[in-house]
Amino acid sequence: MLDQTQSDYALRVKGATKRFGNQLALDDVDFELRSGEVHCLAGENGSGKSTLIKLISGAYSADPGTRFDFGDGKGRDRMTPTEARELGVHVIWQDLSLFPDLTVAENICFEHFVADALKRYDRGASRALARTALDRLGVPLDVDTHVRDLSIAQRQIVAICRVLTGNPRIVFMDEPTASLTQAETDGLLVIVRKMSAQGISVVFVSHRLAEVLDISERVTVLKDGALVGCFPTEGMTQGELTRLMTGRLLETRVQDKSPQGDVVLRTQGLSRAGEFEDVSITIRKGEVLGLIGLLGAGRTELAQTLFGLSRPDAGRIEIGGESQHFRSNRDAIRKGIAYVSEDRLNLGLIQAQSITDNTAMTVLKSLLRFGFLLTEKAKRRLTQDWIDRLRTKAADIDLPVSALSGGNQQRVVLAKWLATSPDLLILDAPTVGVDVGARAGIFEIIHELAASGMAILLISDEASEVLYNAHRIALMKSGSITDYFDPAAITEKELEAIVNA
Amino acid sequence: MTTPDIAMKKSRVPADLIEIGAMFGLLVATVSFFTVMAPGFFSPGIFTSMAYQLPELGILTLAMLLPILSGGLNLAVTFTANVAGLVAAWILVQVTGDASAGIIIVAILAALATGALIGAAIGALVAYTGAHPILVSLGFMILLRGAGEWFTRGGDISGMPEFFRFVGHGTLLYVPVPLIIFIAAVALWVLVLHYTRLGFSIYMIGSNAKAALYSGIDVARVQITLYALSGLMSAVAGIVMLSRFNSVRIGHGESYLLIMILACFLAGANPFGGFGRVLPVALGLVSLQVISSGLNLMGVSQHFATATWGIFLILVMVIRAPFQQR
Repeated sequence: MLDQTQSDYALRVKGATKRFGNQLALDDVDFELRSGEVHCLAGENGSGKSTLIKLISGAYSADPGTRFDFGDGKGRDRMTPTEARELGVHVIWQDLSLFPDLTVAENICFEHFVADALKRYDRGASRALARTALDRLGVPLDVDTHVRDLSIAQRQIVAICRVLTGNPRIVFMDEPTASLTQAETDGLLVIVRKMSAQGISVVFVSHRLAEVLDISERVTVLKDGALVGCFPTEGMTQGELTRLMTGRLLETRVQDKSPQGDVVLRTQGLSRAGEFEDVSITIRKGEVLGLIGLLGAGRTELAQTLFGLSRPDAGRIEIGGESQHFRSNRDAIRKGIAYVSEDRLNLGLIQAQSITDNTAMTVLKSLLRFGFLLTEKAKRRLTQDWIDRLRTKAADIDLPVSALSGGNQQRVVLAKWLATSPDLLILDAPTVGVDVGARAGIFEIIHELAASGMAILLISDEASEVLYNAHRIALMKSGSITDYFDPAAITEKELEAIVNA
Repeated sequence: MTTPDIAMKKSRVPADLIEIGAMFGLLVATVSFFTVMAPGFFSPGIFTSMAYQLPELGILTLAMLLPILSGGLNLAVTFTANVAGLVAAWILVQVTGDASAGIIIVAILAALATGALIGAAIGALVAYTGAHPILVSLGFMILLRGAGEWFTRGGDISGMPEFFRFVGHGTLLYVPVPLIIFIAAVALWVLVLHYTRLGFSIYMIGSNAKAALYSGIDVARVQITLYALSGLMSAVAGIVMLSRFNSVRIGHGESYLLIMILACFLAGANPFGGFGRVLPVALGLVSLQVISSGLNLMGVSQHFATATWGIFLILVMVIRAPFQQR
């Protein structure tokens, strides 16, 4: 069986090289993809994954020395987008490139009907075509729904269906699971297996190591534009893969016993209709309470109530022993609460504005001179200080924050909240879209903050994240805290199983 | 995933300087053009007349700039100006004979308060209903026009006291008073937008109001304040117009509305909010005035001058397009 598939390859790339100016983005990389294989492309940000995909899909023109072989007997030195399309190469980028105001059917059949501007749009045919594509994946989805009304997971399915209408042979998926819950990820993996069973080769680009190892047969690891190697995933552990990607071992040490400092936050019977119910938690100085639960379990809703963005229907919030009634998040901030949103793109940062402005935003008042004058100098001094303290990699603090990688953006978010010197830091999925190496860096910051006496509520749907950062783990299911775990007494696999049960 | 072209993005401070430099270059170009084309253009007389004409459109445009930076729009600017002017005029014509300086101050303060109140009402509606500023201010624009026409019975109020002429026609140390008002208004806007929390918050709200709210910025208060300031600045324009025409009519300056919006975009303000600075806008306005005065001197019809503004604005947009990839 193995031998049979091995002889039947879908793509072989030899010596892939790409230079931008005097920067070598990709250096003599070989890449092989079998027909119907699920393959993973792994590496940190800037390792050359995107560049390789863009060379294969024709978005970039490869440098001399590169050879593409699609098993059709023709060797190619470089690809064009049209040629790649004809050979069945498709890329689903992370942003999915869908039209929110068009229907599912219109999105799926988009390329069929816009390719020729004068062709009449046939609604019936497009709905039928969309249905066929959805049937291939066995997903029931109303083809007349507008894409804007769909969840991210459903949008992803629409993007996949669009690709399916183009007779794909090779599909690259860039970070497909970054904003999915565990259940949705599982659903996606089922779909990927179906595509693979239909002879389509699927290449996953992902930061989440667990699923990489779970779904793919082989993994190609890139580091700094060079090939580390191609490995079978069977028997490989997350730790090994991390070491291949980053060249170092990720620290995975369970925290010491819970600190016994003063209680910073205590909630009693906190409830909000339809969101969470009877939540009673305490967090002490220097303690990290991990709150694990799936998306929709009410974790983010609870965080928003603690942060004063919504009001509870019942129950109490106590900060430092005093009962609080927040009218807005400004009240909560004044009481020393900071909230790192799970949606860094839309809520955590103002992407178009500078690193400086994003950092200064929460503490403007403290930067004023004569009580009203806000100067660039004061903002810059603050920003530079936090860049140094959190070791953020930023070439220029006047750049828009969108220019930074996920990990460095998250450091800017942390900086803007740490600048308020909070007593309680709420971290909602702090490593979403942050790659493995940078993830370790964020964890390190969390440890340092806790050691300095900050109380931290760490919300996550990833077992490893809470396991290696929290002193205690609370499990949240359909709006209620159902159980507590001691990180030292449970393994990652056990915790994962309990969360997904 | 990062892409290698990130390093090519320019940083913001030099970009601002480039913007100001470009608008200044444009001004020099228009002045040189008319100096060559229209004999007698480069003379004190022309510059003096420009100094009296420019402030009307200039101050109105400043009133429009704040809402645009916040990602909104205030279509009621000209009618706010005229309603505020109407209030001042109504107070002034009540006193027959010699008007004291006191009554003029009262009239001016009443006009400013009217403008600020109208603006605050627009801001409050925008902040608390979440309706788009275009809709809210459009409603106010029509309301104010109707109310003003009803009050003046479609005519005008004229015959202001002699002393009030000073605002629109006087000089202070040889500098025309309207120009002084315009320069002071520009200076105030530079201070507010670039050196205060309010200004900072306006830019942030313009880029992403929800993220600004999450960061603890009082979005509602900022919106109410910025529209109130926009109304206040409209009232300043209304007072200047009242004095210049010695009368107020509700339709004064109506044709300026879209030109004001374009003048903001001309100077690099982002139509979706969050970016744009005061000085380029001021320089752009001077260029528009130079074109208008220059063509006038060459004996070209005023209507053609307006058409030329359109050509000029389109031209600048086209030139700007490749550079505006934020």
